[in-house]
Amino acid sequence: MSAEATTLRVALVGNPNCGKTALFNLLTGSRQKVANYAGVTVERKEGRFQGASGRSYALLDLPGAYSLHAASLDEAITRDLCRGFLPGEPVPDVLVCVVDATNLRLHLRFVLELRELGRPMIVAVNMADAARRRGIGIDLAALEHSLGVPVVETVAVRRDGARALIASLDALAHAPRAPTAHLADASEAAMHSETRRLLAAAVTMPRRTAEIDDTLDRWLLHPVIGLVALAAVMFLMFQAVFSWATPLQDGVAAGIAWLGQQAAALLPQGPLHSLVVDGVFAGVGTVVEFLPQILILFLFILALEESGYLPRAAFLLDRVMFKAGLSGRSFIPLLSSFACAVPGIMATRSIQDPRDRLATILVAPLMTCSARLPVYTLLIGAFIPRHQVAGVFNLQGLVLFALYLAGIVSALAVAWVMKRWRRDRSEHALLLELPSYRMPHPRDLAIGLWERARIFLRRVGGIILALTVLLWFLASFPAPPADATLPAIDYSLAGRIGHAMQHVFAPVGFNWQICVALVPGMAAREVAVSSLATVYALAAGTNDTAAAAQLSPILHAQWSLATALSLLVWYIYAPQCLSTLAIIRRETHSWKQVGIATGYLFALAYGASLVTYQIAVALGAG
Amino acid sequence: MRLSDLPRRIAAIVERVEERTPNDPIARRLRELGFVHGEPVEVMAAGPVGAEPLLVQVGFTRFALRRSEAERVRVVPEAA
Repeated sequence: MSAEATTLRVALVGNPNCGKTALFNLLTGSRQKVANYAGVTVERKEGRFQGASGRSYALLDLPGAYSLHAASLDEAITRDLCRGFLPGEPVPDVLVCVVDATNLRLHLRFVLELRELGRPMIVAVNMADAARRRGIGIDLAALEHSLGVPVVETVAVRRDGARALIASLDALAHAPRAPTAHLADASEAAMHSETRRLLAAAVTMPRRTAEIDDTLDRWLLHPVIGLVALAAVMFLMFQAVFSWATPLQDGVAAGIAWLGQQAAALLPQGPLHSLVVDGVFAGVGTVVEFLPQILILFLFILALEESGYLPRAAFLLDRVMFKAGLSGRSFIPLLSSFACAVPGIMATRSIQDPRDRLATILVAPLMTCSARLPVYTLLIGAFIPRHQVAGVFNLQGLVLFALYLAGIVSALAVAWVMKRWRRDRSEHALLLELPSYRMPHPRDLAIGLWERARIFLRRVGGIILALTVLLWFLASFPAPPADATLPAIDYSLAGRIGHAMQHVFAPVGFNWQICVALVPGMAAREVAVSSLATVYALAAGTNDTAAAAQLSPILHAQWSLATALSLLVWYIYAPQCLSTLAIIRRETHSWKQVGIATGYLFALAYGASLVTYQIAVALGAG
Repeated sequence: MRLSDLPRRIAAIVERVEERTPNDPIARRLRELGFVHGEPVEVMAAGPVGAEPLLVQVGFTRFALRRSEAERVRVVPEAA
């Protein structure tokens, strides 16, 4: 067997914020596979690339870690994988230890710890361009000599920035060798003094920090200006989601309507015609329209994450969140939950404290996820006038902002109640690194956005399509009797289910059409919109293709304002998302927590909707 | 002096990290992050509410530490 024929397994390992993922993106481009490690929900990113010699490499991007003494689930995965103890994962042939050239004091210590494993390794001094700009001089040859492992320079943001790394991998693949140096005494103190010796021998540094970081932190972490800036960033994000996405959405909607007409013209009248037009196009189309909004939201979150601003936000909010029984660290998972609670709950793995983590998991569903946006946008568009407020803000945007705010305030309140309940006095750790500010790289944003768009579309393609079709069947059969006086849907199974549920939901102002939409909405919230579209399209008569496109004016004509407000409030809390409940089960390994989450969310949803509806009716909006 | 009592923007040197409990995981992590004897530290800023958390520069890196974490770190201010 020739050596060139085998695929070499390479693992990228390093501290958080060392630019590991950017390097991974540079090496593998779009040839990535994102999954989970067996049995746990730590994200496993693998990609492939070829060396100059034609040898192929399988590259694994390990979760960032400060040390092999794991303090979180992420770090435990990295520790076990590097040691070859992770079931189902072979030990990597080569470790590529990525260090940030501007943060060597911290990162070289981890290199020394990894070197003690005695496996073939390469040190990649990343962000070498940023170090040069700051006047940091690194003598690679001296570092390589002292460390006893190959040391190369990488610039993850430059197209050929990994050339030296690939050449070094090719050389190491040809003649594998373990590190030639190791510590006589692997104590913490010995590792730190060796790190200092390495720095003295190989690194010259005009100043310890970047001037730009000092200046930005002085403003962005300022007790007043910092909070104002944070509020401005969040507000801009939500205005952008609502106003910038409109033209894109109109374009997508027009495209889908055109496709629907083509399909309608091709198919003969009958059940199949109704299924395609009223089921698939009315249902799935309504959801796909919201893709631009969801992508803009994800783009903001990704850009904030890449720029290094998110940990600053965590710093500013830590005290408040701590008082409420959370942690500044909860901010990042909770912000991701605005896109979707599933990745948000998965991101809680970076919270070391198990109690903080559980509290964050339980309140994450209160963050307004993108799946609720279709519901909000539809109802706001139908019931809230497009007034200008104070000349600059649009009333619709303000209502949306208020809905988001209500979710956040409720989350803090719920976390606070849980903290009281536990009567917990023990210490919770923060210990959060604030990395250097960085300009987000378009490639990393594009890859991140593509990954998320794919997940969303797969959901639309799978669960949502299946449910929409199922709902169409329920809403179409059995057919009405010959002497029917009411619309056909009233005689269908869906109509009967809706009428039965209405007994429970009449006090909160839901009509039977909403009740029907709530059922498939349990699998995925955005399905509620497509379900309403399907129900009203069928109720309006099977030939009326316009009904799906005109859902908003139909609702405006048929619902009272009180009902619309009640449904908006319902969706602040609405627990009905099976994926979220499934991920809570997987992350907590406890059905009890799933039960608690479902129960409290349902109770809050029903209670808040009841209050909203009754007040609105009393004020004359019924 | 404790790091939590160090005035802002005064350079100091770490003396040691104290353990609150035997095998204190927070103390261990502080050492791993570079809070070890002889390392220069400085408190750069504090959070907006109750002056918490603290923004601490150690080595080339900045960390947000709650006061209870910073209390574990013994420091000596550098002679002016």
